[in-house]
Amino acid sequence: MDKLITLLHSNAGYSHEQLAEYLSLSPQEVANKIKQLEEDGVILGYTCVVNPETLSDERARAYIEVKVTPERGGGFDRVGNRIARFDQVSSCMVLAGAYDLLVVVEGSHIRDIAQFVTEKLSTLDGVISTATHFHLKSYKEGGIRFASEPTLERMSVSP
Amino acid sequence: MDYQSKLNQEVVSLPKSGIREFFELVNNSSDIISLGVGEPDCPAPWDVREAAIYSLEKGETSYTSNLGLLELRKEISTYVESEADVSYRAEDEIIITVGVSEAFDLALRALVNEGDEVIYHEPCYVSYSPSIVMAKGVPVGIKTTIEDKFELTPEALQSVITAKSKILILNFPTNPTGAVLSRESLEGIAKLAIENDLIVFTDEIYRELYYSEEQADGSIKPLLSIASLPGMKERTIFLHGFSKAFAMTGFRLGFACAPAPITDAMMKIHQYSMLCAPIMSQRAAIEALKGGRKLISPMKQRYHSRRDFMIKAFHEMGLECVVPEGAFYAFPKVSSTGLMGKEFALKFLEQYKVAVVPGEAFGEAGQEYIRCCYAESMEVIKEALDRMKQFIDKLPS
Repeated sequence: MDKLITLLHSNAGYSHEQLAEYLSLSPQEVANKIKQLEEDGVILGYTCVVNPETLSDERARAYIEVKVTPERGGGFDRVGNRIARFDQVSSCMVLAGAYDLLVVVEGSHIRDIAQFVTEKLSTLDGVISTATHFHLKSYKEGGIRFASEPTLERMSVSP
Repeated sequence: MDYQSKLNQEVVSLPKSGIREFFELVNNSSDIISLGVGEPDCPAPWDVREAAIYSLEKGETSYTSNLGLLELRKEISTYVESEADVSYRAEDEIIITVGVSEAFDLALRALVNEGDEVIYHEPCYVSYSPSIVMAKGVPVGIKTTIEDKFELTPEALQSVITAKSKILILNFPTNPTGAVLSRESLEGIAKLAIENDLIVFTDEIYRELYYSEEQADGSIKPLLSIASLPGMKERTIFLHGFSKAFAMTGFRLGFACAPAPITDAMMKIHQYSMLCAPIMSQRAAIEALKGGRKLISPMKQRYHSRRDFMIKAFHEMGLECVVPEGAFYAFPKVSSTGLMGKEFALKFLEQYKVAVVPGEAFGEAGQEYIRCCYAESMEVIKEALDRMKQFIDKLPS
């Protein structure tokens, strides 16, 4: 993978100046490269990882296994893209295994998710069945661990 | 009691490291930031730590064979062959030690007779000269210079060889300069070693941290080892360990690869003094070698960009500094500021609370230099270098 992409993938919050230092480029060159990657559709967007336990407002998330009848010529694409259009859906992907699509749905309450599954998701043409797993607690997401690591104690000077 | 008369006279007369006080001063100071550390800034990879934990969970708290676990020696044999292009038998040509420091000491004690001359290049790791003295050898240092990018030249080696020369110690990439040797120099040195029947110790503890190994096509061409040159395996002791490349300093695990009669002699000393290396460290090391470059490359990539940043900053401050091709140290010449390395380090610590290591810790040849480690976070490096710029700017020119 391109070094710039690797760096941004590990931390999308790096400033152009920081990236420039890491890559021995000028900040302007970094800005140009990023713009190009965005225009080429390599970088699609940026997000940040939030610890929901630190927020005062309620959030709910569910991981939903969806079995789908594949279609000639498009496989799971039509149904997958259709599900992905809902704002409530934060991720949607096709997997190999016991079910076909994994859909991650977020809402402010379990009720919202239940409503989405029963009214929207399971009634879609092609959807055979769904199994909903509610999220309880995260230990790691997007490469970021939720428990903080104690600072490493080293001698200040050693040979 | 008159303890001086009770102590071994060799030990009593051994000069205390001139920078011991400096080290103590730094380690007793608070609120300082440091470029003085000689180890990676991250813990060992989780896979490696987990292997040690698992070993303990299983109740592996026993001794191992004196040579070390055969499984580990087999992994080392495969690893050294792929990385350094020289093959050693796991059964009798590899010995696992408590850090490469122990391997180095064993090798000296196994080979040196009183009065034998042991040649090494300076600036170098702090223990070389004292270890030679404690093994009753005569240390013969060769000063390498900034003009030669701190490389040891065959000419310089030739000039110190006498009838008493027995061992040549090489450490490339070098702590503290980061120097590596070209194929030509290595071949020239190998030729001299063969002609003069020298045994070569090659301390390759930093060999994976060699920044010029990536080829244009993305492939890796690891650093050439003198052990792999024709006629050299039979007279070379290959020393390596897990501390630097795998960030495993505290596991204290190293090894030596050498012809069987030499490992056998080293083993005799090891079995009576150390018995064996800790089993959980050996288990962790097996995991490290299974991960290999996959575990090393993220750390190395960070060092690489920090190196470039640090060297650029030194050049902008007007300090002469060779671009180190390996290890994680930069060795700028600070005498141009009017201060020798030790004075520079002391004043910089007092006035700006930043620790660097005076070059003379690594021998007389390092007096005009300081060693700065770039295995630190970018924030620490930036802050330390900002302060260094202020410090230098305020010095009377």
